[in-house]
Amino acid sequence: MNEKKITVCVNGLTYTRTIEPRLLLSDFLRHELGLTGTHVGCEHGVCGACTVLLDGRSARSCLTLAVQVEGMAIETIEGQGSVDQLGPIQEAFRQHHGLQCGFCTAGFIMAITDMLRYHPLETDEQIREALSGNICRCTGYEHIVNAVRELARERGPLE
Amino acid sequence: MKPAPFDYLAATSISDVTEALAASSGDGKIIAGGQSLMPMINFRLVKPTILIDINGIDGLDRIEKRGDRIRIGATVRHYMTATDSLIQQHIPVLHDAMHHVAHLTVRNRGTFCGSICHADPAAEMPMMVLLLNGVITACSVRGERLISAADFFVSSLVSTLEPDEFVTSVEIDTLPQNTGWGFQEFSKRHGDFALACAATTMRIEDGAARDVRFAMMGVGETPLRLSQIEAMIDGRAVADALLDEVSAALKDILQPNTDLHASADYRRHLAAALARRALRDSWRRASIRRGETDE
Repeated sequence: MNEKKITVCVNGLTYTRTIEPRLLLSDFLRHELGLTGTHVGCEHGVCGACTVLLDGRSARSCLTLAVQVEGMAIETIEGQGSVDQLGPIQEAFRQHHGLQCGFCTAGFIMAITDMLRYHPLETDEQIREALSGNICRCTGYEHIVNAVRELARERGPLE
Repeated sequence: MKPAPFDYLAATSISDVTEALAASSGDGKIIAGGQSLMPMINFRLVKPTILIDINGIDGLDRIEKRGDRIRIGATVRHYMTATDSLIQQHIPVLHDAMHHVAHLTVRNRGTFCGSICHADPAAEMPMMVLLLNGVITACSVRGERLISAADFFVSSLVSTLEPDEFVTSVEIDTLPQNTGWGFQEFSKRHGDFALACAATTMRIEDGAARDVRFAMMGVGETPLRLSQIEAMIDGRAVADALLDEVSAALKDILQPNTDLHASADYRRHLAAALARRALRDSWRRASIRRGETDE
């Protein structure tokens, strides 16, 4: 096997592992690091459940190879908060009932982290366009849009 | 673990890439954003023996203006094209088109040049390079080759790029300031592949359309630059009578497929409707811009 050694920083902690090049980042996070908060849905880039941040921008971890993230800073849902202390996006989802079964939620929250950093989100249309890459089969999206609208208002306009 | 095994090379120079491609005898693949390639690898539709990662090559992530052309490097991601001020100013039709390219997360990784290489007949960027007289720079151990966009797209997901060639950049036209443009696309969900799409540019001289460009996608095996339609519009005013002629001509010319998402008849109907809207937008914008530059 032509294994490669990679060192990555996930939620502020550094990990070094030796892996096969064909290992997907989603499987690396879940199976090698035990970070099972990142969910795997379609595994071909359609559903958005596996979204994580690579150097601050959202990416589908099922369409990224673990060898490609050598040296990068990765953020996953585990970095957002804990059961006792929810992060602000998690708290907005709780307040607005932005989830039911919760399978897609980690992906939404990571995508929304990116949206709040880089996207204007001034209108519902912009919010819905930005959310369009993530699929939720429970909520009908209304409550997720409500949560993002409030987060965007609290954030204020982008510089 | 879904992909079949492969070797991986993190290239740091163009010669790393061309040499590895030559050594792989056609079984090597280049990865930049991977947003089209990785699904195919996950499904094992593609089983490369080696993946050559070009993200670590310096200087390929630039958008540069050279005279009246703009050059987009191989690792320029969709979000960079979408937010680039040179493109917004000099190629507003491309700026508009970017809003339809996939979803936010995919735009963060997917690249302009990668989309051209993938040659999906329902993707925006291949049609845009046809519309903007694109020239693709391909490098191999045999040297550098320039390929006109008009000669690049062969059929669905097939281009004239050789297996040992690596696209380092794509160059496209900027538009003169008095040019109007229209871009109209319909897809079932925002950011999904188009069921049909039309893009056009023109300027107005003595009450008539001039330098007309017209392209469509989603309605054939490749994106289409339709010179018959351009010739039909050139020298005339864009009004209902002309738009009726264009619609009728498109219904004759276009041979879309029936698939899960839409029937051929529906696609043909949609194509004509989107063409009318795009041409109207283009004419209206050209009128406004002619006023602005008349001094």
